[in-house]
Amino acid sequence: MTKATPRRPRLGRAPAYLLLPGLLGLAFLVVPLAALVARTPVRGLPERLTDPVVLDALWLSLWTATAAMAISLVVGLPLAWALARLDFPGRSLVRVLVTVPLVLPPVVAGVALLAAFGRNGIIGAPLRELGITIPFTPAAVVVAHTFVALPFLVISVEGALRATSREYDEVAAVLGATRGRTFRRVTVPMALPGIAAGVVLGWARSLGEFGATITFAGNFPGITQTMPLAVYEALQSDPEAAFVLSLLMLLVSVAVLALLRERWFGQVVP
Amino acid sequence: MKTSSTRARGTRSRTTRRAALLTALCLALTPACAAESDDEQQLTIFAAASLTESFEELVDRFEEDHPGVDVVTSFDSSATLAGQVLAGAPADVVATADSVTMGILEEENRLAEPPVVFARNEMALVVPAGNPAGIDDVEDLDNADYVVCARTAPCGDLAERILSEAGIEREPRSLEVDVKAVLTKVSLGEADAGLVYVTDVVAAEGDVEEIPLPPSASETTDDLIAVVRGSDEAELAQEFTELVLSPEGGRVLEEAGFQPGRDSDSSP
Repeated sequence: MTKATPRRPRLGRAPAYLLLPGLLGLAFLVVPLAALVARTPVRGLPERLTDPVVLDALWLSLWTATAAMAISLVVGLPLAWALARLDFPGRSLVRVLVTVPLVLPPVVAGVALLAAFGRNGIIGAPLRELGITIPFTPAAVVVAHTFVALPFLVISVEGALRATSREYDEVAAVLGATRGRTFRRVTVPMALPGIAAGVVLGWARSLGEFGATITFAGNFPGITQTMPLAVYEALQSDPEAAFVLSLLMLLVSVAVLALLRERWFGQVVP
Repeated sequence: MKTSSTRARGTRSRTTRRAALLTALCLALTPACAAESDDEQQLTIFAAASLTESFEELVDRFEEDHPGVDVVTSFDSSATLAGQVLAGAPADVVATADSVTMGILEEENRLAEPPVVFARNEMALVVPAGNPAGIDDVEDLDNADYVVCARTAPCGDLAERILSEAGIEREPRSLEVDVKAVLTKVSLGEADAGLVYVTDVVAAEGDVEEIPLPPSASETTDDLIAVVRGSDEAELAQEFTELVLSPEGGRVLEEAGFQPGRDSDSSP
């Protein structure tokens, strides 16, 4: 029951064959972003950033990513819980099915979404009878984002739930808590940092989503044109504008990640 | 006994891993691996999306006549391709669907010689097979969910002219990145109609139907080809260009729905 942590043994000097590739990896990630900042023209920056098309795209990106995460949390948390805590036949298969969209090229995801929710899709056609069409609407952007981001959330939340010991659930059960109450009062609070990390990961994936969105939702300014789509279109006609938009996305991503890290990850990653 | 079997497995998996690593390295450093078989020449062609089918056919013929030559193609919006060439992409030949995008490359002095018009393409109004929305005329677009190319692509520029000529007030549902994306949205029935090229109607092989445009709203565009300045395979690039301009090339293009170019040896 001693409180003093034992002195850690010295592990020796970090070997160069680990340090050098690591530094190379870091440089590989940082150099393009630094180049992006360096290449961005300063002249006319405020006008470009306040262009209504840019603001529309930014706003659309932010709210659709957030909506996609809200939906992902509602369906993804229970799914992750089932994968981490329930024993049922075919669990490995379910985990594989959840992971498939992770490895799928996003354009293929878009085609799959069209096959399901398009106007002639298996679900889309009956919906159309009811007067609901999804493609070419902001709802389609949310659907596309949810499809590609949900697996990120489920996989990382499942990992977080596994990391918190099942014994606490058992103790809660012994003390008379129902399984639902245990989930709400014990499991989720203990895994909260991991859940938050999953949400941020999914949100970031959603913010950068391009292929599934342009394939399933199309591209129209103010309706379905998210920031990555706006960057792509700008690149065709006005590369300088593309640099400005890219810089804006970079800043937003960094700001959000920094903010969330401060608020939620303080306790897990000191 | 147990040890030996474990070791055997360990060795095998290490060999597999090493092979995988080599493959990965090769993928990452493609030029280095390509250099191994150094008698193989590589010709890179950037072509407008609307040229996909006809150029694939021409490339097949070119490769047959040039054993040891590997032709790599990239089909995309002319605007994207022009941007990539400007940024230094290693293209040997570039073919665009209008003179504006090619003009950018000419202005920036990225072409070995002035571009040549090799074909002409016409815009077409298309609907999904069976015309579920019952579109009979370009004016029906005012009540239809239609898609067109983004304004930066040549087909988007032409579509905009057709729409304004016809007085269409309704906005398209989507501005697609290139003409093939428009065609896909229509052939899948996700859009009631779309504006593509006549050649795309041929390429769609019955997945879409063409609705005739009135003469006042018809728009054509020139397709241009040029060898990129500084190409490593300038000679091969020139030979491919000659094939496109030859009577044989003309026949392939005509089968794909192109019309002959307005001139065959002068820049526009």
